Amino acid sequence: MADSKKTPIRVMMAKIGLDGHDRGVKVVARALRDAGMDVIYTGLHRTPEEVALAAVQEDVDVLGISLLSGAHMTIFPKVLRVLKEQDAKGIILLGGGVMPDEDVTELKAMGVQGVLLQDTPPNAIIETIETLVAERGAR
Amino acid sequence: MSVVASKDLVKGVFEGRIWAIARMITRAEASDRASEDALAEIYKSSRNAHVVGITGVPGSGKSTLVAELCKTIRKSGRKVGIIAVDPTSPFSGGAILGDRIRMGELVGDEGVFIRSMATRGALGGLSRATLPAIDILDAAGFDIVIIETVGVGQDEVDVVRAAHTTVVVSAPGLGDDIQAIKAGILEIADIHVVSKCDRSDANKTISELKNMLAIGLGLSAPSAWTPSVIATSAAKKEGIDTLAEAIDSHVKVLKESGEWQSRRLTMAEMRLLKTAEDILRDEFERHRAGKIQALVKKLANAEIAPQGAARKLLEDVWKEISL
Ligand SMILES: Nc1nc2c(ncn2[C@@H]2O[C@H](COP(=O)(O)OP(=O)(O)O)[C@@H](O)[C@H]2O)c(=O)[nH]1
Ligand SMILES: [Mg+2]
Repeated sequence: MADSKKTPIRVMMAKIGLDGHDRGVKVVARALRDAGMDVIYTGLHRTPEEVALAAVQEDVDVLGISLLSGAHMTIFPKVLRVLKEQDAKGIILLGGGVMPDEDVTELKAMGVQGVLLQDTPPNAIIETIETLVAERGAR
Repeated sequence: MSVVASKDLVKGVFEGRIWAIARMITRAEASDRASEDALAEIYKSSRNAHVVGITGVPGSGKSTLVAELCKTIRKSGRKVGIIAVDPTSPFSGGAILGDRIRMGELVGDEGVFIRSMATRGALGGLSRATLPAIDILDAAGFDIVIIETVGVGQDEVDVVRAAHTTVVVSAPGLGDDIQAIKAGILEIADIHVVSKCDRSDANKTISELKNMLAIGLGLSAPSAWTPSVIATSAAKKEGIDTLAEAIDSHVKVLKESGEWQSRRLTMAEMRLLKTAEDILRDEFERHRAGKIQALVKKLANAEIAPQGAARKLLEDVWKEISL
């Protein structure tokens, strides 16, 4: 699509689970906006299914799910299942939070394309997103 | 990653597939020529949806209200599309789109589709892709499309000419004046809502607004429809049924009086002008660093006057696009 104008990268940032802190998410959201991205924030306490369906409707380039609860090994498969059921293609799934290395390996095998551990600086997040979206290409 | 063919997208939209509706809206946002035929097919396919614009200052409770309204409309079985528009940051070109925070409960209902959009520098409070997105939802079988936009002043309320029914939301606790009066957007309302009526200071807002309307402020041209003031509380789920009924009867009254048709023509008129502006802007950007340079130089050196230069520009654009 040669003459298409550059549209901002669309990112959905979601928190799943019971922990009620979204300061970190909001800081990252602002950094992404300042890097020229459109950031959709879904609020707290969403279910994996809700988040995945919202990401399909929003047709985001990147769905970033942050969780501190340690439930990532049950949550990400649910998200991936809904994305598949909905036939959604080209949504890059990123995880964030705290988790052991072996889980990171397993998540990546499942289809989570990147894991950003807690305290990853915003610049590194921006870079990861830009790289992954560029690698994916047009859709 | 393979690129989805336009014709598959259009087919998916007609079948009401979520991914296809979503991707088609993304293509409309990119506003590239490659999607033009697809969007044209969609535009022509259906003009049935009732488009409802909801506007008001930030924090007036629009998103919360839209969520409740949507739940109420869903009880009648009608499908609801929601487009929530938020401003783009003029500094970075990015945006934080947070309207979904209030709409969490709606997700999971197959009869509801929510899309967030940034204005991307478009004037008038709508994004350039808002109108095509309405078409897409319409073609996909959504009966009502609600557009939430930030309305802070008269220049910000293109929503009026994009919607069949415009709801202006005012709220207590956001300052002394009724924000809509200050912003001069009173007259755009087909329906006034005073939100957050669970608050004790809401009565004051309601009576001020009613007074304004009583002395004839904020009334537009004579119409079979008289704007009413509806008190709502999303928190207590009050007044939402009344609002939903008013929205329905607005259409009925306009259709009976014949104003429906003239409103549709006004909407088409706006669409035509806006789209022409978009084409001009796109062509300008495309040739900014190239062909247009010579014209700009001439203008800077006063070898040509602005009017003449602009006519030349339009001529060149005309030649370009009629190829
Ligand atoms: N008391 C009360 N607060 C409300 C009500 N509706 C919304 N709010 C609050 O008003 C604020 C802004 O709401 P939001 O829907 O995001 O407004 P928007 O910016 O106009 O979309 C939030 O803190 C809401 O919780 C209501 O019915 N009653
Ligand atoms: Mg809002």
